[in-house]
Amino acid sequence: MYRYDEFDARFVAERVAQFRGQVARRLSGELNEDQFKPLRLMNGLYLQLHAYMLRVAVPYGTLNARQLRMLAHIARKYDRGYGHFTTRQNIQYNWPKLVDVPDILSDLASVEMHAIQTSGNCIRNVTADHFAGAAADEIEDPRPLAEIIRQWSSLHPEFVFLPRKFKIAVGASAHDRAALKYHDMAVEIVKNAAGETGYRVLVGGGMGRTPYIGFVVGDFVAKPDILAFLESVMRVYNQSGRRDNKFKARIKILANALGEEEMRNQVMREFAEIRARGTLQVPAEELARIDAYFAPPPFEDLKDEIPEGGKDFRDWVRTNVHPHRARGYAIATISLKPIGGVPGDASAAQMDALADLMDRFAMSEIRVSHEQNLVLPHARKRDLPAIHARLAELGLGTPNAGLITDIIACPGLDYCDLANARSIPIAQDIAARFADLDRQHEIGELKIKISGCINACGHHHAGHIGILGVDKKGVEFYQLQLGGSGAEDASIGDIMGPGFGEHEIGPAVERVVKAYLTLRKDGERFLDTYRRVGMEPFKNIAYLDQLYAAH
Amino acid sequence: MLTANRLVDGDVLYWKQGGWVLALKEGEVFADPAAADAALAAAQAFVTQNKVVNPYLFDVKTDAHGIHPVKEREIIRAAGPTVRGDLGKQAGDPSLRPPPRARSGATVRMKDDDVSI
Amino acid sequence: MPLIKFGDGNGAVAADGFARLADDAPLPAEGGAIVSLTRFRKDREALMARNAPVGVQLKSDESPEELGDDVHRLSVVVIEFPAFTDGRGFSWARMLRTRLNFKGEVRATGNFLFDQLNYLRRTGFDAFDSRFTLEDFHKAFAEMSAVYQPSADGRKTIRDLRAGG
Repeated sequence: MYRYDEFDARFVAERVAQFRGQVARRLSGELNEDQFKPLRLMNGLYLQLHAYMLRVAVPYGTLNARQLRMLAHIARKYDRGYGHFTTRQNIQYNWPKLVDVPDILSDLASVEMHAIQTSGNCIRNVTADHFAGAAADEIEDPRPLAEIIRQWSSLHPEFVFLPRKFKIAVGASAHDRAALKYHDMAVEIVKNAAGETGYRVLVGGGMGRTPYIGFVVGDFVAKPDILAFLESVMRVYNQSGRRDNKFKARIKILANALGEEEMRNQVMREFAEIRARGTLQVPAEELARIDAYFAPPPFEDLKDEIPEGGKDFRDWVRTNVHPHRARGYAIATISLKPIGGVPGDASAAQMDALADLMDRFAMSEIRVSHEQNLVLPHARKRDLPAIHARLAELGLGTPNAGLITDIIACPGLDYCDLANARSIPIAQDIAARFADLDRQHEIGELKIKISGCINACGHHHAGHIGILGVDKKGVEFYQLQLGGSGAEDASIGDIMGPGFGEHEIGPAVERVVKAYLTLRKDGERFLDTYRRVGMEPFKNIAYLDQLYAAH
Repeated sequence: MLTANRLVDGDVLYWKQGGWVLALKEGEVFADPAAADAALAAAQAFVTQNKVVNPYLFDVKTDAHGIHPVKEREIIRAAGPTVRGDLGKQAGDPSLRPPPRARSGATVRMKDDDVSI
Repeated sequence: MPLIKFGDGNGAVAADGFARLADDAPLPAEGGAIVSLTRFRKDREALMARNAPVGVQLKSDESPEELGDDVHRLSVVVIEFPAFTDGRGFSWARMLRTRLNFKGEVRATGNFLFDQLNYLRRTGFDAFDSRFTLEDFHKAFAEMSAVYQPSADGRKTIRDLRAGG
């Protein structure tokens, strides 16, 4: 993985000192809250329902053991002993004190981490496929490019006061695990007809109040030109994105208002100029230099067999172990969705234990997924039983990756100042209803995503079953959406109809699942059945309880 | 009632007669809108002195059992996350944890046979 | 509000040399004049006919390209920041320097924070109409000793420094 040199180290150290100064100026009153707020946001610090919340950047979801130990240390020393892993591969702490944050940032800097630009109207954490460097199906590791984008976007003087936040993702597989089409801008590593590797650039995707699927604005950008191209998109957005209405300020609104052709024209005009000037070219040597940091670890020549094991181990392998590009290796998903637990949360003790596990078994690397889980990208197949046994001891061995109880839920009204309803208890209720593992396998792949408000941090628009919490006259209600997908077959879920109360939403989901099991044809996932039969049968059965009640 | 966050650590505070307390049940319930507005105006001094941020008024009901915020958000804010009884103000005061909510609506329980598409 | 200008050097408090004319104010025969874009379009001939420097002040939603070729006849372009959150001015300054190759003064006015001074300088502003002192600017510029990306100021990036540049 990337290692800081003296320049990177000095950069984060100076940034910490800068923020320390900003905090001092806030406490002395030299800055009022309106002036301080964008500054603290650009260091990832929110004020939430109970306390401040700090979002720490985990660039493209990659951590080494030393860093994970520091995250555990921060949870223990400054917070309440746990952290929350997010859908954008970051980690959040829910209880830091403002006065402690400069010290937290300083501790992070000592392990080459930071919280720069994890909030605010600027370019956010660059995310990438969480199986990067290990996936059997990737063209090349997307993380070197993600690192190049990260550096270019760090305190970019022209783009730190954008109309709104800006999220970039990088992918390199036909199977999209990074939700590229839902990002403000995404880069897909592709090969052209001549077999050359280059970049396809998408813009205009997004969740929130008005979800959009992104469209292609650059079919094939040559590698050296990529920063020039991305900068062109940013400039068009900074100049022309709406600033009159916070809910219409994302690039998805601009892109769709201009239309694909006009958007391309404006981007290409900028691109041609920047390219001609040559200041943003990424020379082959630079690409090679960054690539070297992400060189695959020294894989041994191992037997390509997973050892025998008991039922629990076999259950876990069935869902949580994925193909690796190297013989004898596997990718292992660590589920942070124990039945009844809080999705995405991990305690300091768990983080420390995982760091030890990483050192011992997994070449000291771990990833944060896009689904509030963790991933060991390089596990030896022969070590899987020992890994699983240890995970099970730690409460991290739930065999539910991709199944119905592998639910994504935003923090919701339990934590978040913006929320209208709680999402975590709904996730817990649904998981409990479907806890039986055999039943989960009978149902198969079914991604449930829950957001507590229209900001959609739970990505409910991309859920096979999406749930949106709303406030109806002071009471929590939940709207169902069906048929969304965040993968390469991206689609926005369809709203079913009126919402369900807190105690009705669980039974409604059960009825929807029953309908799927009745209607499905061979090999169909829930998503496939929905796409074939449409909303009608699901809608009819979902509201059946109300019909009975009315009689 | 009037609430705000303490600047230095983000703690939730409640107004009480010219100052702030940590526990909602010790906070001041205003008798009428005029008193509430007056308190909000007085709270601005704490903002300009960089002690608190974002003071605002919210509705409560009072009865023999105590003070009850009208909005779910304020109930949770006064107590802590409903999914972690060991965190937030409720950790030190179990009386803050919300009572189990009454089930609503239909009493008909669905059986598998009831499902027909 | 001291006007601070950075020529090639460390910057200095400078006399303005221009009068900011309201849209309906009479046009003086002499002396530098800064007018709004609206007025510039209306009174272009009269302004250019004088033997005195002209400047235009742009609102945050007015692109320097709207000046057309006239931009090269201007001594100063002033860019407004109505709120510090409105970051369009950074792109407008960059456009003046890079696309339009403007060599005159690019001045920032309006609402911006100490923490934005470095970004303003980097994107091409060389004059500042604000409450900040020269010392403030030097402090702001010193906060981050190296930068990752090129901008209108032509400053060496970390990549250049890595390569021994």
